[in-house]
Amino acid sequence: MARADVLVSADWAEQNLNTPGVVFVEVDEDTAAYDGGHLAGAVKLDWKTDLQDPVRRDFVNKEQFEKLLSAKGIGNDDTVILYGGNNNWFAAYAYWYFKLYGHQNVKLLDGGRKKWELDGRELSKDTVSRPATQYTAQEPDTSIRAFRDEVVAAIGKQNLVDVRSPDEFSGKLFAPAHLPQEQPYVAGHVPGAVNVPWSKAANEDGTFKSDEELRELYAGVDDSKDTIAYCRIGERSSHTWFALRELLGLKNVKNYDGSWTEYGSLVGVPVERDV
Amino acid sequence: MCGAPAQTPTLPASVDLTKETVIFGVVSAGDAPVPGAYVRLLDASEEFVAEVVTSAPGDFRFFAAPGAWTLSVLHRDGSVRKQVHALEPGLIEVPLQLS
Repeated sequence: MARADVLVSADWAEQNLNTPGVVFVEVDEDTAAYDGGHLAGAVKLDWKTDLQDPVRRDFVNKEQFEKLLSAKGIGNDDTVILYGGNNNWFAAYAYWYFKLYGHQNVKLLDGGRKKWELDGRELSKDTVSRPATQYTAQEPDTSIRAFRDEVVAAIGKQNLVDVRSPDEFSGKLFAPAHLPQEQPYVAGHVPGAVNVPWSKAANEDGTFKSDEELRELYAGVDDSKDTIAYCRIGERSSHTWFALRELLGLKNVKNYDGSWTEYGSLVGVPVERDV
Repeated sequence: MCGAPAQTPTLPASVDLTKETVIFGVVSAGDAPVPGAYVRLLDASEEFVAEVVTSAPGDFRFFAAPGAWTLSVLHRDGSVRKQVHALEPGLIEVPLQLS
């Protein structure tokens, strides 16, 4: 997989804001960012209210996804360019999600909102509406989504990459330092997981590091085995999943979106804690 | 801060400052606060811990712990890095001036 197939630069994006067949989609945890200014013509997705089922703890299903994309005016043949805040965590999550439902042409804007803002590029507050489409999704591709039993079965056999910060990995913290720490599950990590924080795959401006740097970073991930990436809620691990599968071309890489919020609440599974 | 009243961050009521270590402040350029600046908290080994974007009045805030930290700010108009040593829990104000 070549980098140009899955990433676009801010320059490319700026030149293609009005290109027919290209749809920019901002994905955020906090959609106030979009409302305060977005790429001209971009539509917004809220990773929680749009992409999570309102009742069950799961994704929206195929029909809900079709309805969502149709309402947003995204067609099956459109090239979707995803970007967002938090160093593209939620945009990477949406990328993985679009792939899961079989969207063909989807790419990430390298550096997301951060790089765009640091470059001083233009943001628009105009309301965006696109004509509705009749979007058709594929059945979910579970070859890129790991479930809890696969994670337990992978212990000691496959690569488990925990992409949280060292303090979350060791069990000292339950969540990143800017978020509340009140969750009542146990802290720690899946036994045998290696800790490669997501942030090591990105430059400080939010862009991905070079292929050479990424290869060095993940040298310990044995490509002859399958790989499962996880974090706390599956968004940071989507970022690493993107680096491993889409940029480096590793074969069987899954994102475990249940991640530590699920695993750390399971009864009877092994847990390692270093503190 | 040139005679300005002491800054205090807005904190959730549940925060106990005898236990929490809150690193906070305003990013400014000259006399003007800078909204939309990206502020990173790095640990003693320079590892990424968290990142926030400054609010309209230029505020940032982190829940950290006693120890050695680095704040690193990026904005289109400049950048700044500053080391912080938090000796004990409580409020630690760190004004950051872009250069």
